[in-house]
Amino acid sequence: MAAGDSPIKQFEIKEYFPIEVFGLNASFTNSSLYMVIAVSLISLFLILAMGGRSLVPTRLQSVAELIYEFVRDTVRENVGPNGMQFFPLVFSLFIFVLVLNLLGMIPIPGVTFTVTSHLAVTAAMALLVIGIVIVYGFYKHGLGFLSLFVPSGVPGWLLPLMVVIEVISFISRPVSLSVRLFANMLAGHIALKIFASFVGLMLGAGIFGILLAPLPLLLTVALTALEVLVAVLQAYVFAVLTCIYLNDAVEGGHH
Amino acid sequence: MDPEAAKYIGAGIACLGMAGAGIGLGNLFGQFLSGALRNPSAADGQRATLLLGFALTEALGIFSLLIALLLLFAV
Repeated sequence: MAAGDSPIKQFEIKEYFPIEVFGLNASFTNSSLYMVIAVSLISLFLILAMGGRSLVPTRLQSVAELIYEFVRDTVRENVGPNGMQFFPLVFSLFIFVLVLNLLGMIPIPGVTFTVTSHLAVTAAMALLVIGIVIVYGFYKHGLGFLSLFVPSGVPGWLLPLMVVIEVISFISRPVSLSVRLFANMLAGHIALKIFASFVGLMLGAGIFGILLAPLPLLLTVALTALEVLVAVLQAYVFAVLTCIYLNDAVEGGHH
Repeated sequence: MDPEAAKYIGAGIACLGMAGAGIGLGNLFGQFLSGALRNPSAADGQRATLLLGFALTEALGIFSLLIALLLLFAV
């Protein structure tokens, strides 16, 4: 890696097969490639692990069951027992984000790419979640879903202001949900790249630089460990917040 | 002022927002530790909540870092 490389070059989208649909650019890019790899890995893992369906699980099967039970408990705690029909959605979102985050942590020169570090991808997932909340909320509660915006126990003169605040907080949910994941991934990868480039800079800066170069290298290793933690945590946070938002749709405005 | 200089000053100022996340994280782990030392048996059950709070708090600091990075590389 040249020291002068811009740290955001790693987020560049490369077109592999140019495809155009009705004037829109729908090319097969490195982003699509990573998504295909992630989905194939997840499907292969789950099919291989659960194919045996033995009563006493094998090692692979118990890993799959652990993930399943972890997400199931999260959904049950945060959406409630009435919300178990959303389990497949939350499970898919969680494992998709998790695998994409972790795949982005594997450094392959010139190829490696983190799909979740692009706002377009995370915004699509967040809008899907909020869209489901709105559609299911109106389907289940009718216009009563709007009572979500009217907090209980507020004096009458304060109510118009509170309704406005509640509406703004609802609208900002997809924004914060998508920007949280995207910004974490983007900032983490940029920080890694900057600290890694310090090593190269110091190696070229004389004898003192060479003596001190292991320090940023150690820091890069520590940052990588933190980034793996963040990759898992952010997938979990995305799933938990999805559950909390779905809870509004399932339970209506009684909160 | 030179717009280029204003860009770098803006990036520096944007990073100040991370101080808030630092205070929040210190508060979070400090409060958890003081609670956990008072009642160690209840601490294990709250570890997931702690990590969730950590991720949510850290994300707010990252938002301001994101503004700084946008100023440096994207504007």
